[in-house]
Formats: sequence, C-alpha cells, structure tokens
Amino acid sequence: MIPPEFDYVAPESVDDVLAALRDGGEDAKLLAGGHSLLPLMKLRLAAPTLLVSLGKVPGLRGIERENGSWRIGALTRHADLQVRDELGVIATTAATIADQQVRNRGTIGGSLVHGDSASDLPTVLLALEGTVTLRGAGGTREVAAADLFQDYLTTAVQPDEVLTEIRLPSQDGWGGAYEKFTRRAEDWAMVGVLAAVKKGADGSCEDVRIGLTNMGSTPLRATAAEEALRGGGLDVDAIARAAEQAAEGTDPPADLNATSDYKRHLARVLCRRALEKAAAA
Amino acid sequence: MSATEERVSGNGHVGRRMRRKEDPRLITGRATYVDDMNLLGQLWCAFVRSPEAHAKIVSIDKSGAEARDDVFAVYTGDDLDLASGLPMAWVPPGVEVQTPEHWPLARGEVKHVGDPVAMVVGEDRYAVIDAAEEVLVEYDPLPAVTDPHAALEDGAPLVHESLGTNKIHEWSLGGGDLDAGFAEADVTIERTVVNHRTHGGAIEPRAVLAEDRAGDLTVWSSTQVPHFLRLFLALILNVSEERIRVVAPEVGGGFGSKLQIYGEEVLCAWAARKLARPVKWVETRSESMMAQHHGRDQVATVRIGAKRDGTVTAFHTKIVADMGAYLMLLTPVIPSLGAFVMNGCYKFPAVQTDIVGVFTNKMATDAIRGAGRPEATHMIETCMDQLAAELGLDPLEVRRRNFIPAGEFPYTTALGIVYDSGNYQGTLDKLLEHLDVDAFRREQEELRAKGIHRGIGFSTYTEICGLAPSRVVGPAGVGLQTGLWESAMVRVHITGAVTVYTGTSPHGQGLETSFAQIVADRLGVDPEQVEVLHGDTSTGPQGLGTYGSRSLSVGGEAIARATEKVAAKARAIVAHSLEAAPEDIEVQDGKFIVKGSPDKGMTLAEVAGAAYIPGDQLPPDLEPGLEETAFYDPENFVFPFGAHAAIVDVDVETGKVKVVRYLAVDDCGPAINPMLIDGQLHGGIVHAIGQVLYEQVVYDDTGQLVTGTFVDYALPTAAEVPSFELDRTETPSPTNSLGVKGIGEAGTIGASAAVVNATVDALRPLGVTELQMPLSPMRVWQQIQEAQA
Ligand SMILES: Cc1cc2nc3c(=O)[nH]c(=O)nc-3n(C[C@H](O)[C@H](O)[C@H](O)COP(=O)(O)OP(=O)(O)OC[C@H]3O[C@@H](n4cnc5c(N)ncnc54)[C@H](O)[C@@H]3O)c2cc1C
Repeated sequence: MIPPEFDYVAPESVDDVLAALRDGGEDAKLLAGGHSLLPLMKLRLAAPTLLVSLGKVPGLRGIERENGSWRIGALTRHADLQVRDELGVIATTAATIADQQVRNRGTIGGSLVHGDSASDLPTVLLALEGTVTLRGAGGTREVAAADLFQDYLTTAVQPDEVLTEIRLPSQDGWGGAYEKFTRRAEDWAMVGVLAAVKKGADGSCEDVRIGLTNMGSTPLRATAAEEALRGGGLDVDAIARAAEQAAEGTDPPADLNATSDYKRHLARVLCRRALEKAAAA
Repeated sequence: MSATEERVSGNGHVGRRMRRKEDPRLITGRATYVDDMNLLGQLWCAFVRSPEAHAKIVSIDKSGAEARDDVFAVYTGDDLDLASGLPMAWVPPGVEVQTPEHWPLARGEVKHVGDPVAMVVGEDRYAVIDAAEEVLVEYDPLPAVTDPHAALEDGAPLVHESLGTNKIHEWSLGGGDLDAGFAEADVTIERTVVNHRTHGGAIEPRAVLAEDRAGDLTVWSSTQVPHFLRLFLALILNVSEERIRVVAPEVGGGFGSKLQIYGEEVLCAWAARKLARPVKWVETRSESMMAQHHGRDQVATVRIGAKRDGTVTAFHTKIVADMGAYLMLLTPVIPSLGAFVMNGCYKFPAVQTDIVGVFTNKMATDAIRGAGRPEATHMIETCMDQLAAELGLDPLEVRRRNFIPAGEFPYTTALGIVYDSGNYQGTLDKLLEHLDVDAFRREQEELRAKGIHRGIGFSTYTEICGLAPSRVVGPAGVGLQTGLWESAMVRVHITGAVTVYTGTSPHGQGLETSFAQIVADRLGVDPEQVEVLHGDTSTGPQGLGTYGSRSLSVGGEAIARATEKVAAKARAIVAHSLEAAPEDIEVQDGKFIVKGSPDKGMTLAEVAGAAYIPGDQLPPDLEPGLEETAFYDPENFVFPFGAHAAIVDVDVETGKVKVVRYLAVDDCGPAINPMLIDGQLHGGIVHAIGQVLYEQVVYDDTGQLVTGTFVDYALPTAAEVPSFELDRTETPSPTNSLGVKGIGEAGTIGASAAVVNATVDALRPLGVTELQMPLSPMRVWQQIQEAQA
C-alpha cells in the first residue's frame, strides 16, 4: 500500500509532456486521474520512476459537439460525462463506474489507455465505433476503437504517446442502454453489455451495436447477435433470439466471482435486457 | 418504525436517545489514533511476510536491507530472545488441545501466506517498506493443505510435523438423552451447514507505537484488550508488569479482530527496548487482509429429530472447524461458545455438539463479531425452516411450538445453561405487528406472476453474552486462563466534575455516552460533565477489555456499583450537613435533597467541596475525598434475544439477491440509550448480510489468498442494504442491577438465517429447498440450475 520511490513532474503543454516522457525513458509514465495507475503502484505491481502529470496541461478537459460527433478531451472526468444527458448511453455508462469519488478523479483518457476489459468506457468506445487522437514525437494519428484494444491491459498507445482526444458519434436517433452486472453497486462489471439501437420508421432495427465488458482480454462486439437483429424486427422474441447469441465466439476467463459459463450466461441475459431497453428508448 | 422509541427513567438521562459524546472529535478529525502519534527519535518497522502457504525457510539474506543507510536493524526469528511465544488462553480440563509453538517471527518454517519472517527497522515508513523487499528469503515449498476435511485424512500434509496430526482437539457438550430423542422422532433431517471464513474489516488497521524510557515501557496499540496486552507483554518480554503501560487510544473498530495478542505488538515493544528508540508500525490494508485473524470457517453436519407436530426431540451437531495454521488467543474455544446456545430459544430436550478443530495452511481464525454464536444460530434457524418445510408446517408455528414459554424463566436448558430471562413469543408477536405475513403471501403470489421472486424469512434467536462469570468460564470451568469480571473507578473532582475509569475498552460502540448517562443519573449531574476514560492501564484499576458484548452488562454494572458507592458517601455528607438521615437523601433535579423538601439540598459540587476541604460538613468518621472503585463479577451470562424478518428479491435469471426489507425486534433489557442500540443493530445486521451475500475470505488450493483487497473481499456498503425497521421489547435481565444485556453482536447472530431463509422461500417454487452461504449470484444461479435439472 506504499508505492516505491518515484519522481513527479507536471509540464504545462503537450510538447513538454512528450519531452518529459522522452527524457524519462521507459520507466516514465503518464498520470491522469491516477485511479488505475496509483493502485497498481501501491500494490507494487507497477514501479515507474517518473510520473508525468497531465493535470496542468490546458485544454485537455471538456466536451464539445462537432459535426454530428462528440469531441471529448482526454482529461474529462467520468463525473463530467455522467451529468451530460445529451450524451445518452455514454453518460449513463459513465454513471455506473465505481463510486462518486472514483468518478470525480478518473478520466476517460486514462480508462481507455489503461485498457482494462472489465472497465466500462472501453466498451463504449468500441461499441459506438469511436476513435482516439494520439500525439507523439512523430506527430498525430487517429486510431479507431477496433484497433486500439489489443490485449489484456494492452492498447495501441505507445509509451511515448499522449491520448489527447476522443471522438464518439452523437447518439441522435439511437436508443442506448448499458446493463452492468455487479455484486455491489460500486464493483467492476462481472459482465456488462452495451446495446445501441437505431430504429427505422417502421420500428424495425435499422442498425444495432452491442459491446461486451469483461468477456475477454479486450472489450468485444457481439457481432453474431448484431447480425441476427440488424434489418429485422425489434419485438421481444426477436430480441430474445438475438440475445441468445450474445456470447458467441467469446471465451471469458473465469475469476473469483464467475466461471466462464456463468459469464456467458450473464452476457445473454444482459444483452436481452439491454436491447429491450435500447429498443424502448 | 425506523427507530426504536425512548423511555426515559431515573433522572432524565438513562433511556434518553442522547447523541454520542465522542462524535464531535471523531467527525471533525480531532481524535487521536495511534497513527496520529509521533515521538522524538521514532523509528518505523515493516515486516517481511511469507508468500508461500507452507515452506521451509532455506536462507534469509538481510545484507541488502542492512546495507541501506536508512535501515537500523533487520531481525529474524533467530534474533529474538523472548521468554515465550504468543499466547493461547484456553486449557479445557480433561481435553487435550494440540498447541504448536507460535513465535512472532517464523522459525524454520512458514505455515501460511502472510506469516512474518523478518522485521526491518529504519528511519521512516517508506524506507522500511522498500527495505523489506530487499530481504531475500529462499523458500523450499512444502505441500499445503487448505481443506479441513482433507487435512483430517491419513497422509495429508501436516501443518505442524512435530504434532503428528492436523487434528487440534475434540470437544463435546451435550445434555439430555440424544438417542431417545431421535428414537422418539417421527422425522429426522440431516443437512450440512457451512459458515464460511470472514474477515473483520475494521476501518482502522492495526497500529502500534512502543517506547522504552529507562526501563519503563509504553505501548500504544489499536487493541480491544489493553490490560491483557500488558500482561502478556510482561510474560513474553520478561518485564515486570508495573513497568509496562499499554494505551489503546482511539480505536477505529475491531469486531473481534483486535481481541488478540499479535506478534507485531510484541515485536515493536521488543525492538523499542533493544534499540532504545521508539518503534512504530502501521499495518497496510494488504497486510490486514492476510494477517489479522479471520472468523467463522465451520462446516457442520446437523441432525434434527422432531414429532409430526414440529416438536423437536433431538438436535445433534458435528462441527469441523478450520482453525488455520496457529492457535491464537482464543482460536480453539470459539466454536464452543456457539455450543453453549445450541438450544436456541427452544425447549429441545436433548442437544449435543461435537467439535473437531483442524489445522490448515491459512491464517488462524478467532473471535469475529458473535464468535461461534452466529454459526450456531445459523445452524439452528436454517434447520428450523427445513423442518417446517419437511413437515408442511408454517415455520413460525414450528418455532412457537418449541419456544421456551415466557413464564418458565430462569430456564435451565438441556445443556445445563441457565437462561436468565426471555420472552421469545413477545418479540415475535411484536415483529408481526409490523409485518402482515398474509398480505405478504398475497403480494408474493402477484409478484411471481410478474416474474419477480420475492421471499420472506425469519430467525428467532437468543445468544449468550456479557462475558463472563469467572467461576464458570475460568480455569476450573470452561478453561479460560483468566477471570472475566470488570472494574470501574468513579472520581468526583472538587468542582463536581466527574471522571469515570472503565476497564472495558470501547472502540466505536459509543460507551462514553451510555456510561456517562448511567453515572449522571445517579449523581444528579449533566452527562456532558462526566468524562469516561478507558484503554490506559496507568489511569485506573485492572480491566479486561471489550468483546463478547460485555461492556455494558459487566463494565456498565461495575460503573453503576462504583457510582452507587460514591452516591452513598455523598448522601452521608448531605445528611450530616442538612441534619437528616442518609436514607432520606435522594437525587432530584441535579441536587441531593432531603426527601420531600426539594428546597433543602446540595449539588454534587457542594458535596465535593465538603469532601475535599474537610470542615464541619464532612462527618468526622468519613475519609476525605469522593472517589470509589468497584469490581463486578457477574453471576451468570446475559441472554439477549429477538425476532428478525428479511424480505428479499431474487433475480432468478442471474441469481442476484437483494434485501428489500429488514425488520427486527430485539430485547436487550431496559435501554440506556436507544440510539446506540439501533446503531449496534444496524451494524450487526449489515455484518450478517455481508456474510450471507458478499463477504468471503477465499484461499485457492495451494493456499494463496485470493481475496487480498477490498475489491475482492466485498464488504457491503449503504447501497446494498435497505433502511432497517427496528423495534424493541424490554425484558430486564435479573443478572445485573441495570437489567441490561449485550447488543453489540446480537444483530449479527440473528440475521444471517433470516436472509438465507428468505432466499429459499423465494426460490421454493423453483424446487430449491436449501441454500449454502455465501449467496453470491453465481452460487444462487447454480443452485437454481441444479434444482431445476
Ligand atoms: C475503487 C475503484 C473502482 C473502479 N471501478 C471501476 C469501474 O467499475 N469501471 C471502470 O470502468 N473503471 C473503474 N475504475 C477505474 C477508473 O475508472 C480509472 O479512473 C480509470 O480506469 C483510469 O483513469 P485515470 O484517469 O484514473 O488513469 P490513470 O490511473 O492516471 O492512468 C491509467 C493509465 O493510463 C495512462 N494514461 C492516462 N492518461 C493518458 C493519456 N491521456 N494518454 C496516454 N496515456 C494515459 C497512464 O500512464 C496509466 O498507464 C475503478 C477504480 C478504482 C480505484
């Protein structure tokens, strides 16, 4: 519960952050809200020798609407997201993260770069097909969600890169719901399912996106269930049939609270519930 | 009915819902915990702990740590020159208890994950924790045993090779004719009841600060038992007891986990003497998960025999108790505490409990809130529901048919225990005033049609607390190597302010308030004027600490008696001054007055003036001063009881259980402060709900601790529990003059069966007939699947 010794700097621009990372070498780490990194350090599972804080860099926190999509600064807190109703399922998902203290500190950028498949915002980015902007010494690049999450706690973000911004499509015309299954209100998801449904004029399913939390080493899409639903009806039976395929192709690791089988079962149940809510929204 | 009502008696203080005197300093952060204290020249220490469940220590290389400038010393087991190891205080007459050596630092072998191997002392906390990583220990792993049944099998790895067995002891308590009881029974049910391992989870971890000045040792420790700690430090360090002072300053909860003599306490004191510098240690949360004693961990086979009408004829329980790797202060006696109330609140004519203690490669178990009685009550109360189901009877009717009638107290159970008082039908009746069971059943049907599975469960319990009559539990009785009386000193200062010293050691219960209320009532002062001191062996007489719901019924009674002595002297002074007879003096409106003439009287300050500045007002045959001490050894235990009901919703698709309503009617005698009772019940019930639904200490098959943090060890929060609906009845205990019975553990003891019974009730239509704790979503879901298969 006491981290090893480390140095700390708080540069005031992205360029200075990049310089600090470069000078710090491979044992330098960026610090955002600290709610993933500091627990790892306290448990001595991570031991960076230099923390480069993003806290003093201006312009990294905020939510703006631009051409049908949302631009969200990397340092935007979960608590900033949860109060913006117009963000739809992005906001309601942020509201399920841990407790208010964690939401007051944790940032969307930190959550995405940390890339914990049990976390909720990676599922949002993947399911809603968002992108992130990364700045490194060599310049700026855009990475799509599908390419960002690579493996357990591993993302495409390089150690010398800073995630500066997240883009998520606006939820206009979509209904969304996130079903997060936990033992206690404040826990990480045992399984989470995010469903976003776009209804056609006739009430049928024009488009659908389903994301899965904690069902593998990265967040996943339930593509079989999506395909079963896309273009068809949204009645309870259709939803139930599609939800049966929610765990298709997944092989979730067992943990303290759930066997692999139980997680797959939960994914099916939660998928049905999320779809029903999303279709009704 | 969200809170119980006030019934003020005496001079307006006892019975009042008075706010806690201790709260302003606690909630403004001005209280002093051990971690708030720092001494000149202080060093810090940290412990190197075993990552192995069972291993030989091949070598310990301390050179890396010792080479650091900020490290003063690194000690291992071989460096210690202690007169004895850590204590175990139970020697039951006629029963052999295999008691291994238990040193504060492992010698030769480690027996569980977290077993301390070395101690690093250095300049600051960061330095010693870093340096501890530089102590290189080479282990040669040995096979570990983690399942108590496997540990009892031939050829199982031995936790203590030298003992030749993993069986710690066998202990039985029985009464009545068990064979005849089962022969007479129309039905006999046998089932397994698991009470899994739990962690105390006090918000303040352990903390110790020790200083030796010219041979006088002072130890500040976050403990429930400062006087015991002083005694054992004297024995282990071979220091004369009067040269040791132990202080338990503010203590942030214990729940039994600080009713212990821990090696870390001994080591800080030992090192402080060795280095002639103060030594401080504050436990990390990770350490507390692995190295504070755990609780429960019993697997019982329960057989219950009954007549068709539900009358129980025999109750037999065989318990295998997983006690972990070492026997700590009370480890092996804990299940026995449950055996004493295996009659529950019933007239079972024949009862027997057979206990087998087993070593495994896990942390030791010991007292955690309820200590043996929650386990016993869980066995009794879940089996009463099973019996009712088997017989097709209403579970409450089965209970009623077996209740000891209110008119039969004091009642001697089949086990020979004398229940001092009780009115079980009374608490149940009152519970049902707040709960319309028929209406619930209708609602349950309607909800089921909508797919909502709601269930109701009951638990009617009594428990044994107020530890304890020394002659019963002491060396010649149950075999504890101590008395369990309590002491109190009441000192009236010259201004009329009052200081009370208690030998109990409050650590969150609010006893400064309830004790002040008792004293204020008898001396005609404001409770705010009564200061209650505790937890410092140098400021008052001997005491024995806080646990076993003893503080009010034993410690409070000692205070009442010491106060009575002070009041008697005050009456003599007042009578002398006012030329009246002492028997005619009484306390009224803040004054000692002559009965019938309220205008003639003296305040306590005036009495104190007369006592401390002797003149005409002090009778010539009285000593000056106004201060008295009392020691009180109870003649019997006390037996609080109650009726609890839980209503739960089960999401049958996922297995998740939610407590949606919880009602409890408890009886702990006349209330000194109803608000404190409600508070203890809230915490106690949450503690039980925690065990049923959320909490479990899990070790894997190799003895690795899986639940090492509060992410995995799931303590319930306010979001997980409903608002409690509480009420009381008041049946005075004849055992003490206050009529009070302990309430600190009662909620935990009564509640777990109610929640499990409610969940079974919800799931009965799906074919579920019994459930084993913990009712985690997956386990409930699996049990539904099995029932449906
Ligand atoms: C008790 C508790 C419960 C939690 N429960 C949940 C939960 O239920 N659901 C959930 O989703 N999360 C949960 N979290 C995690 C929480 O949401 C974290 O805040 C989040 O995962 C990480 O964000 P952060 O800003 O704290 O990142 P930090 O901890 O500061 O950083 C995390 C990692 O990302 C890197 N990083 C941070 N920002 C950037 C950036 N802009 N560019 C490049 N790299 C960066 C850091 O170097 C580090 O490696 C919980 C945390 C705690 C402590």
